[in-house]
Amino acid sequence: MNPFTLIRPKTFEQASQALTDRTYALPMLKAGGMDLLDHMKEGLLAPDALVDVRRLTHNSDAPGIRRMVSDGEGRIEVDAMVTLAELASNDLIKREAPMLAAAAASAATPQVRNVATLAGNLLQRPRCWYYRKEQFDCLKKGGDRCYAVEGENKHHAIFGRGPCYIVHPSNIAPPLSLLDARVHVIGSDRDTLKITDLFHSPGEGVRDEHTLKQGEVVTHISLRPEQTSGFYAIKEKQSFDWPLVFACVALRLSQGRIDSARVCAGAVAPVPWPLPNVEQSLIGVHIDDDDDLHNACASAADGAIPLAQNEYKVRLLPIAVRRAVRIAAGRPAL
Amino acid sequence: MTMPLEPGQIEVAFTLNGREVVVVVDAAARLLDTLRYQLGLTGTKEGCGEGECGACTVCMNGNPVNSCLVPIFQARGCKVETVESVENEAVFALLGSGGTQCGACTPGVVMTVLWIVKNRDVLETHSVRELMAGNLCRCTDYDGIINGVDRAAATGGAG
Repeated sequence: MNPFTLIRPKTFEQASQALTDRTYALPMLKAGGMDLLDHMKEGLLAPDALVDVRRLTHNSDAPGIRRMVSDGEGRIEVDAMVTLAELASNDLIKREAPMLAAAAASAATPQVRNVATLAGNLLQRPRCWYYRKEQFDCLKKGGDRCYAVEGENKHHAIFGRGPCYIVHPSNIAPPLSLLDARVHVIGSDRDTLKITDLFHSPGEGVRDEHTLKQGEVVTHISLRPEQTSGFYAIKEKQSFDWPLVFACVALRLSQGRIDSARVCAGAVAPVPWPLPNVEQSLIGVHIDDDDDLHNACASAADGAIPLAQNEYKVRLLPIAVRRAVRIAAGRPAL
Repeated sequence: MTMPLEPGQIEVAFTLNGREVVVVVDAAARLLDTLRYQLGLTGTKEGCGEGECGACTVCMNGNPVNSCLVPIFQARGCKVETVESVENEAVFALLGSGGTQCGACTPGVVMTVLWIVKNRDVLETHSVRELMAGNLCRCTDYDGIINGVDRAAATGGAG
């Protein structure tokens, strides 16, 4: 790794200043550090200063995960530096947003979940193997082509139409989008943005995946409970693997019939990918009517344009959505 | 803005296997490097160096982490426990079930196994196999390790 100066701010404001005061050429925020260290070891990034925000909390009276008392919706606040392990095991999250707890629990290994943070997970860089190898001068690194288009593209996007075919790497961004999560930031003229506005497609800028401005630091997020919600990931290995496809579903049910549904897919597009067609066709379906449920989910991959090696995702996505619907309704996945 | 800016070397104090230690190291050093090459605790192994194999697993504040992906400054003020802190008796269950063979993964496996044994509530959300997913072993076919966790859970490790 390259040498760097370690900066330990005491507040998020100091962290933001350290990113913008031009003392260093490439200062970078460090949360859990998992993805950052991988980048530095591979030679993809050489920051000359690391700003360590790992120990900072937005609310020192109640650090971690808390119910917002002043809020009529019963929203929940989660500090940016909460780990995936904490998200997965927190009783409030498990009860009020089970799909988020399940998504966090499904990521990586205990060793990784104990260190990786909420904000770091949202802002980690894509896992595309061409991006991750220094030798490939791909679009993300200022090159003139996406090597996945004609290369090994088994794990790449079926939605979004390029020009870069990454899938968004975060397990928890799609559930957070269904929880109407707001991302709270300091360091600019805005305090908050919707989680769906945190990410942009490759067409809107291929060098990065997020819309944060220089100097903005995520302090915490807030989310609206969705108790009737589920997460289902299809993986090649049952543990410690990136999902081939996954789905998150939040339902309103009355006597087993779906009044409304919200559905978001992951590992299929460069951003969390909402499925409004499926949301529409799920309305009125009884959760225990397998044929109707099957038909309602059949359109999940409509509009997909698979690459040479990932047509299988078109067939897996409706299955993942159907199983997530069943889990949301308290049924076994299969 | 007043902020400690320390070019090059840094001083880090943490608790290692129950004893207070202070090290002066390169800011870019990993916890793994510091344990092995500065403090002489070579029980913790380096495998992949990318957080996948788990050979470097140590416990930080009671939870297993990949010490190859923990910069040493992140250990500041933490309680770090390595395989050197483990009593012999605690691994009898793992030995008895055939959970070790060549030994390369064993120090990391031991740390994760004992964490599960001490924190049974993690079994409410994950199976033993899922919890051991971060410790790759190329010898034992894993059944010996999984059975060792079950035996250790039943006996507190004593097998």
